[in-house]
Amino acid sequence: MAEVPFTILDEGRASEVAAHLAGERVRLSAGSLERALGWELKPQGLCRGEVCIPAAGRPGLVEAGAVDLAAFAELLERPVALDLEERAASVGASARERASVLRGGIAPDFTLPDLAGREWTLSGLRGKKILLVAYASW
Amino acid sequence: MWQALYEELGASGFVPVTVALDKSADDARPFIEKARPTHPSLIDTEHRVAHLYGMINVPTVVFIDEAGRIARPNAMEYGTDMFKQFHGRESAPFLAAVRAWARSGVSDVPPDRVAKQGVPPTADEELARAEFALAWLLHQRGSVAAAERHFVRAGELSPNDWTIRRGSMPIRGKNPMGPEFFELFREWEANGKPSYETLAAQRNR
Repeated sequence: MAEVPFTILDEGRASEVAAHLAGERVRLSAGSLERALGWELKPQGLCRGEVCIPAAGRPGLVEAGAVDLAAFAELLERPVALDLEERAASVGASARERASVLRGGIAPDFTLPDLAGREWTLSGLRGKKILLVAYASW
Repeated sequence: MWQALYEELGASGFVPVTVALDKSADDARPFIEKARPTHPSLIDTEHRVAHLYGMINVPTVVFIDEAGRIARPNAMEYGTDMFKQFHGRESAPFLAAVRAWARSGVSDVPPDRVAKQGVPPTADEELARAEFALAWLLHQRGSVAAAERHFVRAGELSPNDWTIRRGSMPIRGKNPMGPEFFELFREWEANGKPSYETLAAQRNR
């Protein structure tokens, strides 16, 4: 089976990994999955931090130690934008999870540079009243 | 005017954080250099803040309190009446709300209403954001035709999201003040001018 270089975006964070391509299917080894998406394939299932989701009983999710990207995303209710020809995929956020965060009222953290290239993290400004203003030249 | 507000209210622990949803620092630079901010003024080429906060247009303003909680949800606010004839939004009530919040910590949106006024995203809207991220990656690596397909797809999936539909125009070599924008604007009008408020009301029934 062909193993090719593939770019995975995890909510915007890019990783270059080796993927198995077979038709429309993209499969990642356990190592690639962990590096690109932060989830580990363990005997008890797919795990991240304290959370484990059983893989058994989910046909097509895991085969020969490799995880099907589409099935993985579906398991987590996360969308996938895929471009097989370009060998790239973007795994987005679960709408349900985003809605839940929104309802919880916590402002999502982020880190971005200013014009001088200095990185700022929102949570670094904890203790201030922040007026977050998104604007654009368009 | 955010810098002016900072100078006026900074001693109360108030700080503007401006985020340019632009494809390069160069696009944002003229605005930043004119404003000469001493508050954080950031560049967000990947639209991370737009995605995280469910922003669908600019300028979008959010109040975030000292504990990192949202004190006033996404709203289109201009801070000035200079272009009021186009967008119809009064700056005076907004500026009064900013000042009151900075001084007293009391938002004009009570805490129990903050969640109700948030717009929960649909699955298609999150897929659109994933498509946009992919399109941006492909554009940066020089795969312009492939990027275009994914920008178009993103716009189809999330027709209300101007950060995608208009925000992608400069990336794709289209004029964000030109014919494609007029078309977008007419479509928005024909759809009843969807806003954060109307979408929140529809989705939080």
